[in-house]
Amino acid sequence: MKTKEFLFKYITLAAASLSILFLMGIILSIFKEGLPLFNDINFSDFIFGRKWHPTDEPADLGIFPLISGSIFVTLGALLVGVPLGVGSAIYLSEIASTNVREALKPFIEILAGIPSVIYGLFGMAVLAPLVRKLFNVPTGLNLFSASIILGIMIIPIISSLSEDALSAVSKELREASLALGANRIETIFKVVLPAASSGVISSIILGFGRAIGETMVVLMVSGGAAMLPKSIFSPVRPMTSAIASEMGEAVNGSQHFQALYGIAIVLFLITFLSSLLMQWFAGRENRE
Amino acid sequence: MKKILSMLLSLTLLAGFIFAGDITMSGSTTVFPIAQLAAERYMDKHPDVNISVRGGGSGVGISDIILGRVNIGNASRQIKNKETKQAKENGINVVETVVANDGIAIVVNPSNGINKLTLEQVKKIFAGEVSNWKQLGGASMPIVVISRDVSSGTFEVFKELVLKGGKVREDALLLASNNAVASNVAETPGAIGYVGFGFLSDKVKALEIEGVVPNEKTVNDGTYKISRKLYMYTNGAPKGEIKAFIDYILSSEGQEIVKETGYIPLK
Repeated sequence: MKTKEFLFKYITLAAASLSILFLMGIILSIFKEGLPLFNDINFSDFIFGRKWHPTDEPADLGIFPLISGSIFVTLGALLVGVPLGVGSAIYLSEIASTNVREALKPFIEILAGIPSVIYGLFGMAVLAPLVRKLFNVPTGLNLFSASIILGIMIIPIISSLSEDALSAVSKELREASLALGANRIETIFKVVLPAASSGVISSIILGFGRAIGETMVVLMVSGGAAMLPKSIFSPVRPMTSAIASEMGEAVNGSQHFQALYGIAIVLFLITFLSSLLMQWFAGRENRE
Repeated sequence: MKKILSMLLSLTLLAGFIFAGDITMSGSTTVFPIAQLAAERYMDKHPDVNISVRGGGSGVGISDIILGRVNIGNASRQIKNKETKQAKENGINVVETVVANDGIAIVVNPSNGINKLTLEQVKKIFAGEVSNWKQLGGASMPIVVISRDVSSGTFEVFKELVLKGGKVREDALLLASNNAVASNVAETPGAIGYVGFGFLSDKVKALEIEGVVPNEKTVNDGTYKISRKLYMYTNGAPKGEIKAFIDYILSSEGQEIVKETGYIPLK
């Protein structure tokens, strides 16, 4: 018995440690491939350079248009996803009856399970032509369409985590507020939401991380032009779609290859910071 | 039923066992329709052979052959000196086989009133010097320039023959395949793009360039200027099953496939 337990403990420990190993492996490899780039070009030219022409001779390797593409698409997605996600969480947790809640939740979960390529197809075939006609813009493959699709994609993440946070607020707090004469809406916005703010904020940060790292949708819907967006209807080329569409042809060790890994480093740092931030908010909730 | 089963089977094969086939090929989305149809016909005749075909763009095909990741790299442009050198450094001796001829058609939406342009006008459109169809005698409508990713051989050839090395305007849409360009041009009234002949259909309008209609005849007699060859690259001269497959494409039956998919057979 004792040896069995002993074995079990170490097998599960090994399983748990593997993820650390994988993380380290990924970090090491992107830095190993990407860092040599900065022997040739300087870091701020890379980050703030306005031109991305990686296969020209000589190549222009400025990723500022790509970074801004990612950031704008993600902010747009949050503008769509946060009100809808948090709104649905408030409804499910505070307003809906148990029956309605049980009926609605599976749909939100199904939304979470749809593969991103299907979101991309929908965006390309349905939303983009609609956006083009509705707003009378030259093309529907742009920042606006990509933001909407990504926004819809992150609704389930924001909604389910926010709902957990809202449901965790104690009943006494609500009852006290109602007893003091506040109505239901005042109770939701002035008592329950602030009490659940850490959880809601971490759900939004998680949604941010999901949106900025999403590749397939932006590859299919954002248009792919490496430019600083001039309006919300400009085509953009987020970092992920540049890596995905160019990595296949970049020969190992070439400058283009290193630059794509350089983009991966930037992307990794952004998502790493956002998950640190999320853990900090989640931790704050526990401390309170 | 049998057909559905074999379709399912080939889907699983494609999805799960890309490297399990006897012949693997990747690269140009222009060459893809030829490679795909030839592979299907060839596998019908030789049920013991598996051929898997992926797209990705010419750059991908050539880089895959340089890195020894596939048996055949498809390309719609010729390998660059730089790439041949890289291959040599990897111990790979790249051998070229021309499998078909092709033209690059400049396409617009069928609703566009413009039917012909000069090379100079096309260049100006893609460079961004002309940005409204009105400036070319068409309706007042902003021009939506649709180009291809940097891994595209069609883009490289277009850049060389039409842009003469110049750059495409920075707000051009960059799409990942010939098919994506064709379907976006078909959907977008103000669009202009370029595709291999295999992607022409009645959903897009191919423009006369310098007064010459793009077709097999004008490419063959050299009057249509935007043309190129389509290539398959191998490591060393093709041998065994790979040679048999490439010989099949070069045979009269294979060249019939080239024709069937909309490209121009070798003479």
